[in-house]
Amino acid sequence: MSFLDNKIFLLALTFVVFLAARLLQKRTGSPLLNPILVSIIVLICLLSVFGVDYDTYAAGGEYIDFWLKPAVVALGVPLYRQLENIKKQMVPLLAAELAGCVAGVVSVVLLARFFGASEEVVMSLAPKAVTTPIAMEISRSVGGIPPLTAAVVVSTGIFGGMAGFIMVRMGHIKSPIATGLSIGTAAHAVGTSAAMEHSERYGAFSSLGLILNGLLTALLAPLILSLIGVSV
Amino acid sequence: MILQCAVLFAFLAIGEFIVSVSGVPVPSSIIGMLLLAAALRYRLVRLFWVDKISDFLVKNLGFFFVPAGVGLMRCLDLLADQWLPIVGASAISTFVIILVTGRVHQTVRHRLSRRHELSRQ
Repeated sequence: MSFLDNKIFLLALTFVVFLAARLLQKRTGSPLLNPILVSIIVLICLLSVFGVDYDTYAAGGEYIDFWLKPAVVALGVPLYRQLENIKKQMVPLLAAELAGCVAGVVSVVLLARFFGASEEVVMSLAPKAVTTPIAMEISRSVGGIPPLTAAVVVSTGIFGGMAGFIMVRMGHIKSPIATGLSIGTAAHAVGTSAAMEHSERYGAFSSLGLILNGLLTALLAPLILSLIGVSV
Repeated sequence: MILQCAVLFAFLAIGEFIVSVSGVPVPSSIIGMLLLAAALRYRLVRLFWVDKISDFLVKNLGFFFVPAGVGLMRCLDLLADQWLPIVGASAISTFVIILVTGRVHQTVRHRLSRRHELSRQ
């Protein structure tokens, strides 16, 4: 057993790689060099080159994973701060979120089937728009593959964060509230951090989108899946 | 910081408790989040008890996704095998969600404000 298998070393490596990736993005200013994406690719390459398997890495990585659950509870604070805005716009917000949630689950399931995915993969993709801890729980409960879900969720977030504003323009979505909301709904926390860079207001409504869609998807995904004839 | 962690983890623990007792298929963290927002709203919990740890966690949410993303290592074969449905469906669906959410919000808000103006006249 080499020192490379030491879980504290692997934990430290994750911090250092992420720090370097964030520095790289600051230096270059390129949205393509998303620090989450870069860290994942660099870590997978390093682990593969040095022959460290995922379970060994996870022994260190789980200390970071552990904080995903408390981080979701922590979203209760921005939710509380947005309560006034939510109350004022209750009807449009709920209508938009309900439509977005249903459209998200139904579209990805039907498209994945159309492209010929296996049932297990279809289930793994169903919750792909919502933040990882929620998506992984849903994936587990509907018979998907949680690690695949996690990877797809992270990729979707990165893609939505990079291309979201272009999509908003193509879709003739003009109000800043609708813009932030739809990016948070489609691309969760990663999209929200991109929206936050545009402006605080976009960011606030994007975090609202991620919270509401996470919540609705957690509550409705099993029902939607059984309604469109996927056996849960 | 101990108070901050105590409050945050207490709400997560309540969420875990509710899930284990009732067996509802909702993540414990989501229940904890809703209860935390409600407790702040009804002044059972003061914002300064939890704001520091919460702001830290929310601000760095992206970082906590990294190990989950590295988990992609475990499904490289699956990805190589079914990359088209996975990538194609995710990308198109992302556009569908943005379009539907944004347009529905704009339309409903517009209709409501028009109805509001009509009722005033």
